Amino acid sequence: MRKAKDIMLSDGANNAFSSLFAIFIGLLFGFIVLLISNPSEAVQGFTIILKGGFNTNAKGLGQVLYFATPLIMTGLSVGFAFKTGLFNIGAAGQFIMGAFAAVYIGVKWTFLPAPLHWMVAILGAALIGGLWALIPGLMKAYLNVHEVISTIMMNYIGMYMANFLIKATVYDSKKALSMNTAPSSVLPKGGLDYVFYNPLGNGKDLSTVNSGIWIAILIAIVMYIILNKTTFGYELKACGFNKHASRYAGINEKRNIVLSMVIAGALAGVGGALLYLSGANGRHIKVVDVLAVEGFNGIPVALLGLSNPIGIIFSAIFISYITQGGNYMQTLDFVPEVIDIIIACIIYFSAFAFLFRSIVPRILRFRKDKAAANAEAEAASIGAEQTERREKE
Amino acid sequence: MNIVFLVVQQTMFFSIPLLIVALGGMFTERGGVTNIALDGMMIMGAFTSIFFINQMQGSMSGQTLLILAILIAVGTGMVFSLLLGYSAINMKSDQIIGGTALNMFAPAFAIYVARTLQDNGVQQITFTNTFRIPSVPILGDIPILGGLFFKNAYITTYIGFTILVLAVIVLYKTKFGLRLRACGEHPQAADSVGINVYRMRYAGVVISGALAGLGGLVFVIPTSTNFNATVAGYGFLALAVMIFGQWKPLRILFAAFFFGLMKTIASAYSVIPVLATASIPSDIYKMVPFIATLIVLAFSSKTSQAPKAVGVPYDKGSR
Repeated sequence: MRKAKDIMLSDGANNAFSSLFAIFIGLLFGFIVLLISNPSEAVQGFTIILKGGFNTNAKGLGQVLYFATPLIMTGLSVGFAFKTGLFNIGAAGQFIMGAFAAVYIGVKWTFLPAPLHWMVAILGAALIGGLWALIPGLMKAYLNVHEVISTIMMNYIGMYMANFLIKATVYDSKKALSMNTAPSSVLPKGGLDYVFYNPLGNGKDLSTVNSGIWIAILIAIVMYIILNKTTFGYELKACGFNKHASRYAGINEKRNIVLSMVIAGALAGVGGALLYLSGANGRHIKVVDVLAVEGFNGIPVALLGLSNPIGIIFSAIFISYITQGGNYMQTLDFVPEVIDIIIACIIYFSAFAFLFRSIVPRILRFRKDKAAANAEAEAASIGAEQTERREKE
Repeated sequence: MNIVFLVVQQTMFFSIPLLIVALGGMFTERGGVTNIALDGMMIMGAFTSIFFINQMQGSMSGQTLLILAILIAVGTGMVFSLLLGYSAINMKSDQIIGGTALNMFAPAFAIYVARTLQDNGVQQITFTNTFRIPSVPILGDIPILGGLFFKNAYITTYIGFTILVLAVIVLYKTKFGLRLRACGEHPQAADSVGINVYRMRYAGVVISGALAGLGGLVFVIPTSTNFNATVAGYGFLALAVMIFGQWKPLRILFAAFFFGLMKTIASAYSVIPVLATASIPSDIYKMVPFIATLIVLAFSSKTSQAPKAVGVPYDKGSR
């Protein structure tokens, strides 16, 4: 019993509870929205959301993982910046610029052989994504420009820039999408085609999921090691906690701010590469004046995952899961944007997390203290009785 | 000369919403709360008021309808801003995260409700523009000046300037303004002399909600004939205008016109002879306001005069 309480009191458990609480409230709110807009079908619609990828069996689950892949990357981008004290709202711009770089290399650099081609495309995406974050990083470190504003501006510049560059180089004007990338640049399936498919006659109706999800998970583990097991990660985190103290401790805080932003940008850029290097059946870049939704959803992913790279893997899969559910819900008379409402609600309540982190342990500790105090009082009274007896004797 | 008139009129259309929303941002930040949710508040205000116009335009038109819509936009913004106030002031949570949540909520909500209520699940809300004043009586006949400021105008332009004057008076000439500024600079000191910091901060947040909601409507009316759940990042530009304006009303006016001009170049380049012949793709022009913002911020942030306590939740118990 006591052990269970100790686990409840640990930081990790508290954090996980606050995330689960935010998710619960978000889903509840979503259900209320459904209930108001269409009472008769609300339960059915909500069930479809909760069933998420399971709605279309193994292929659906594969799609969940496919769309979770960029979310893991943008979540890592936002989460990594959080850990180092920066708020990277610019994942949308970094993501789409990275995506353009990957697609460009995928279409044009056909002289590269198969495994090298997609690797170079991913590296190119990382480079361009990093470059897109370098500007806000430098502005934050040397010109005192708040990174929130500058990354938002870079989002819009990136969106228009990517539209311009795609139209100028790799545009398929018939479909109004980016062109198919060369087969050598498509990410290999990585064994996932044996699991995530629905039988279709004698053949397979394959999910678009590919080894991108392996790469994303691998990168998450690497980020976890960098943040928690290396001096470099420690220095970055120290700057996040207290810039002045870390400067006093001999850490070059300006350099670290710039580096953090560049790494965050590179992560988001790779997300763009992993989503769009998925062959003819996969996603293509749409040329529209809308910020990349994968970039903004990196924020809830990072918040729910508490900026922990391993937690981010799970929260990305969760967000992708309910988003899929939202798409299937259109078979009823519902609008899929209810998922965005749920996600916004989850962020709003996860901002209260500090409250839960401080109040829940306080209540539990209070009970524990009370128990301890009772025990002490008992011991004292027993002691007093004993002395009394002794005195009588 | 006609081109000059056109550019000035266009600049007005783009600058006035920026001015109104940036002034709103100024009020919250002067009170000590960062309002990154200006964009979301604009969307909410524009959404409800345009939807109102869409529903009522059969029975009403012209300035009466516009004024009613303005009241609805203001009311929506105020109610929506309470959510930011609750999270930032009562719950003392991270103001940027709370604001980001509202920014994500607003467009999702607008699309969801529009598609649920409208026929065929259309998300664009259309309206007929019956609000343009071809020429203000008497004033419109003044040579040059009349053409620049009193022709093809909207009542919202003059409301914008009125708000500017009111903002200056409220912020610098009233007890309320002094107290609000104190809460943004040193809330502990303000509290020690009996000012209710939470209440003042709520006042700042609600004022910004009202102005941002209004700004959303003011932005959509002259520049479009439908509302598509977006204000094109205007709330964020307004935030930049506020920083460039150093949290001071008159400098914000100047900054708003600078950005309005940039935006005019971005959207009306095809009618400006020099730019139209330069054969630069439209995507490049669309980047102009945002690039200009970055450059301006680079030069104006080093000596930033942000309120000292902005973004820090006020906790009575903290030292």
